[in-house]
Amino acid sequence: MPNSPSLIVDHLSIRYPGSGSNEAALHDVSLRIDADNLVVALGPSGCGKTSLLNAIAGFVTPTFGRITLGDRDIDGPGAERGVVFQDDALLPWLNVLDNVAFGLKLRGAPKHEREARARAVLAQVDLAGFEQHRVWELSGGMRQRVGLARALAADPQVLLMDEPFGALDAFTREQMQELLLRLWQQTGKRVLLITHDIEEAVFLATDLVLMSPRPGRIVERLSLHFGRRYAAGEPARSIKSDPQFIETREHVLRRVFANRSVSAGS
Amino acid sequence: MTTSELSLDEAIFTPPEPAPHQVVTPTAKPTTTLRISLATLGVLLALWWAITTAGLIQPLFLPSPQAVLAKLWLTATKGYMDATLWQHLGASLFRIVTALLAAVLFAVPVGLAIGLSRKARGVLDPLIEFYRPIPPLAYLPLIVIWFGIGELSKILLIYLAIFAPIAISTATGVRNVDPSRVRAAQSLGASRWQLIAQVVLPSALPDILTGIRIGLGAGWSTLVAAELVAATRGLGFMVQSAAQFLVTDVVVLGIVVIALIAFTLELGLRALQRRLVPWQGQMH
Ligand SMILES: Nc1ncnc2c1ncn2[C@@H]1O[C@H](COP(=O)(O)OP(=O)(O)O)[C@@H](O)[C@H]1O
Ligand SMILES: [Mg+2]
Repeated sequence: MPNSPSLIVDHLSIRYPGSGSNEAALHDVSLRIDADNLVVALGPSGCGKTSLLNAIAGFVTPTFGRITLGDRDIDGPGAERGVVFQDDALLPWLNVLDNVAFGLKLRGAPKHEREARARAVLAQVDLAGFEQHRVWELSGGMRQRVGLARALAADPQVLLMDEPFGALDAFTREQMQELLLRLWQQTGKRVLLITHDIEEAVFLATDLVLMSPRPGRIVERLSLHFGRRYAAGEPARSIKSDPQFIETREHVLRRVFANRSVSAGS
Repeated sequence: MTTSELSLDEAIFTPPEPAPHQVVTPTAKPTTTLRISLATLGVLLALWWAITTAGLIQPLFLPSPQAVLAKLWLTATKGYMDATLWQHLGASLFRIVTALLAAVLFAVPVGLAIGLSRKARGVLDPLIEFYRPIPPLAYLPLIVIWFGIGELSKILLIYLAIFAPIAISTATGVRNVDPSRVRAAQSLGASRWQLIAQVVLPSALPDILTGIRIGLGAGWSTLVAAELVAATRGLGFMVQSAAQFLVTDVVVLGIVVIALIAFTLELGLRALQRRLVPWQGQMH
């Protein structure tokens, strides 16, 4: 992508004011998200995943370090960084179409233009025909797709996703993972996705970042290719039953347990 | 391994007993309640009729339902104390509607300011909390000294009664806006004003409407009480002057009309709430 500067997280530390412990929520984390990459941060709760994402999104100010997108320092939220939340965070007084068109409306795009764009993105997330639905009548998976469409419609340079599928049932979650890979392939967007689901992380990531708590830090980085294989057309079942996939998953599992005796799943 | 699988397990282990209740009640409850309420009203009316027709109570103390109905016709056509029932009603409604509009116009921005800014909260919160607990009739004399006994005093009194609940509910609504909604809008590029107008205010709408419902209830009681003290028209005035001349049927008629109006306002606002915020109670 020619018009796609790298997102660089440079020696980032975050310490919340007034939090009792001396421990930093995030300590000396460096990371890059290059064009075309799908970076996944994986770790148990409390290891600073959300803090990392919030700092990149501009919701939280770093205590030390800096975050840059191209030649610009990040110092607040901005439309070039789209965010998808775990709870969909949709606006219930708007229908599906208007929710997706919301970012374009804020920018002052004319009605027909933003609606055409919203329709196109809704079709991309397999929600064509749901334009006029009320968002609170949709299932969790569909709401999450509307949230994804809303972020994509604004055409951000980076997509930030904080445990976007964490509240979904296992079946819907797999569908959403596959949808995300297809969208990533079609749009060429860079993605930072946060999860505590090991299989999800290994399946999706081009760059997998393992994190560990107290203080929150990166303990290992892996370059993976399973997501690219899916995007290139290989069926998910065949990838997930590939011995290489299983071995990687077990390796990550061991690493996560080695860094902390994690209680299952948290 | 993951939380959703864990929660699946929990669902399996929860005892199944509560489920049937939850399935049955939502459909059965509303109609049954309505029927019981109507039956209660019917029984009360029948008792009233029976006691008065049997002559157990003198009409001076409790006139019969027929007498009140007859009086309704008379006050509606001929009037009572130089004004028909409609004129009394109109005077009362004019006061409450004016006060309500003014209160919404000022209390919503004040509530927004309290909810959004620490400074505004520091200035306005103590003012509102100071006057809110005082019964309006306690400061009516002061308002009469300042503004006379004209319409302004009465409308001002009702306005003050409605203002506080709306301002406080609006502030609560603003403070309870889902932070991820705000963040979502910010990362779509919303400016501060866009955020307030297009995210915060609509999010607070359910609370604002609740505030209006509470305020209107308080305003209506204050109105009737204010008219008892100083007025030449209005439902409260009608009841008060009828009481002085022991015209009990007009007193009862007035009370019934006051109750009916309050009830209608409440129903209307509930309908408005269902129309404007149909998602209330449906999310999360
Ligand atoms: N707003 C906050 N104020 C104080 N402490 C916080 C805040 N947000 C997170 N923390 C703390 O920072 C640490 C990392 O939290 P978080 O980034 O949410 O991790 P994760 O998303 O991996 O669960 C935790 O110990 C958490 O308690
Ligand atoms: Mg988190």
